[in-house]
Amino acid sequence: MPDVTMRIWRGDSTGGDFTNYTMPAVEGEVVLDMVHRIQAGPAPDLACRWNCKAGKCGSCSAEINGMPRLMCMTRMEDLPTEEPVIIAPMKTFPIIRDLVTDVSFNYAMARQLPPLALRPADGPDGTYRMQQMDVERGQELRKCIECFLCMNVCHVIRDHEENKAHYAGPRMFIRYMELESHPLDTNDRRELLRQRMGLGLCNITKCCTEVCPEHIKITDNAIIPLKERVVSGSYDPVAWLGRKILRRTKRSAAEAAADAPAQHTPTSEDRLERQTVPATR
Amino acid sequence: MSTIEDAKPVPVTLGGVRGGPAGARTLRRDPWWRSPTITFVFLTAFVVYSAWAVFQNADYYVGIAQHRDLISPFYSPCIMGSCVAGAHGTFLVLHWWTITPALFALSVPAGFRSTCYYYRKAYYRSFWQSPPGCAVADGHARYSGETRFPLILQNLHRYFWVLALVWNVILTIDAVMAFRLPGDGGIGVSVGTLVLVANATLLWLYSLSCHACRHLCGGHVDQFSKAPIRHRLWKIATPLNERHMQFAWASLIMVALADLYVRLVAAGWIHDPKLF
Ligand code: SF4
Ligand code: SF4
Ligand code: FES
Ligand code: FES
Repeated sequence: MPDVTMRIWRGDSTGGDFTNYTMPAVEGEVVLDMVHRIQAGPAPDLACRWNCKAGKCGSCSAEINGMPRLMCMTRMEDLPTEEPVIIAPMKTFPIIRDLVTDVSFNYAMARQLPPLALRPADGPDGTYRMQQMDVERGQELRKCIECFLCMNVCHVIRDHEENKAHYAGPRMFIRYMELESHPLDTNDRRELLRQRMGLGLCNITKCCTEVCPEHIKITDNAIIPLKERVVSGSYDPVAWLGRKILRRTKRSAAEAAADAPAQHTPTSEDRLERQTVPATR
Repeated sequence: MSTIEDAKPVPVTLGGVRGGPAGARTLRRDPWWRSPTITFVFLTAFVVYSAWAVFQNADYYVGIAQHRDLISPFYSPCIMGSCVAGAHGTFLVLHWWTITPALFALSVPAGFRSTCYYYRKAYYRSFWQSPPGCAVADGHARYSGETRFPLILQNLHRYFWVLALVWNVILTIDAVMAFRLPGDGGIGVSVGTLVLVANATLLWLYSLSCHACRHLCGGHVDQFSKAPIRHRLWKIATPLNERHMQFAWASLIMVALADLYVRLVAAGWIHDPKLF
């Protein structure tokens, strides 16, 4: 088999450049195998994150020929090899070294997500009854392996760094949807999504869905349903009237805040932090 | 009951040094520009054609003189003073409306389609370049998404959906009326009938596969076992919704072809053949 040239980004926060490594091709390899052979050969100091080599740990995210993908799930034979294969680190997150980026932004957003708040138990013994139809919608959303390729490709933060301060991003939106539509949950996260988590910043251009290695339909099954829920909460006078009359659906955050004491009493430290996070609007 | 006040803000560090070549628009080598270009060409062609057709204000109705009852979907409902004889609905005639009736007839479909989640994706990518392709740099320095006026109005999509259903009913009546062949056997099927039936069918498929429809059918329910009928409806809307893009294109092209067909027959360029 002919040789393949791999053009890999080498560098850290002080700068960097692409370096070419020409390696013999081996049948059946994925990009990560190639990177490992480069580590074993010409560049033992090449930094890259990986763990499972099975598309399940979500560590080996990179940009291969410009497209955000998992290195362990991209077969060499599917890439054109007449030209060098370009491998760059994820662009949206700060670089640590070579192909390794600092994805802690995603954890900051995850920590702000209001958790599940259980409704009263169904049985006197504190248990709940759930049917298959209640749980199946969330199953797709729980397939996420946290590779953060969707967050990386999302132009809202990829091309507009300033939006990171108030944007949960596609990976967190599927988590929001999972909890918002959870059959046992009583929390209402819609105002949070609208005002501070930047749901309105997403313009449903679906790149997150295109790159998701778990084939989660992030836009159709999480973001758009959330947008529709926010419409009912904030932009839909008919739904508002219906809620007033029927009092059946979840109450809006403002209504809830009016007669329920906040569970979390902000400390002075929180207030300081809050000032550093600007609202979306 | 969590509220926005409960969510503890976590500060985010901005402005870290990014890897990869600075200033590169994209590292992609595949023809990523192909699909936005095709979208651009087709949407532009449709807008140009419909703008032309709207201001023709003629040749949109094939009436009794040609033994047919065919009205162009661009001109239906035709309830204005300016409508040609025969194309009038019998109800609510806006006598004071003297400009082209298509402006009224197209207002709801235009609002519906331009706030549609699929078309939003299509024109944000191909016209607004935001982003032109995945992992291709946004064409704009600043970005506020759909959080400000006018794009915040996209949230009104579900109202356009309701109005679009009314329009669908009217266009379905038009399709049923197209089975009338006055003076040519009374009732029958011509190519024009099939064109209007196909048009109405695709419009129903397009609007019933709408994301707002899926939400209103049952997407808003958290506990499906407590709402079996809404769950059933949601189960029907979901597979339709998966093909929403296809229905969007098919119905868009069909509506233009239906207008073109009626126009050609009405202008006498072609004859509408009776099939049976
Ligand atoms: S659909 Fe929304 S969240 Fe997904 S990549 Fe596009 S803008 Fe980002
Ligand atoms: S949603 Fe998909 S792309 Fe995003 S982090 Fe999860 S697995 Fe990765
Ligand atoms: S190494 Fe685990 S996903 Fe690639
Ligand atoms: S989402 Fe396309 S018509 Fe509603």
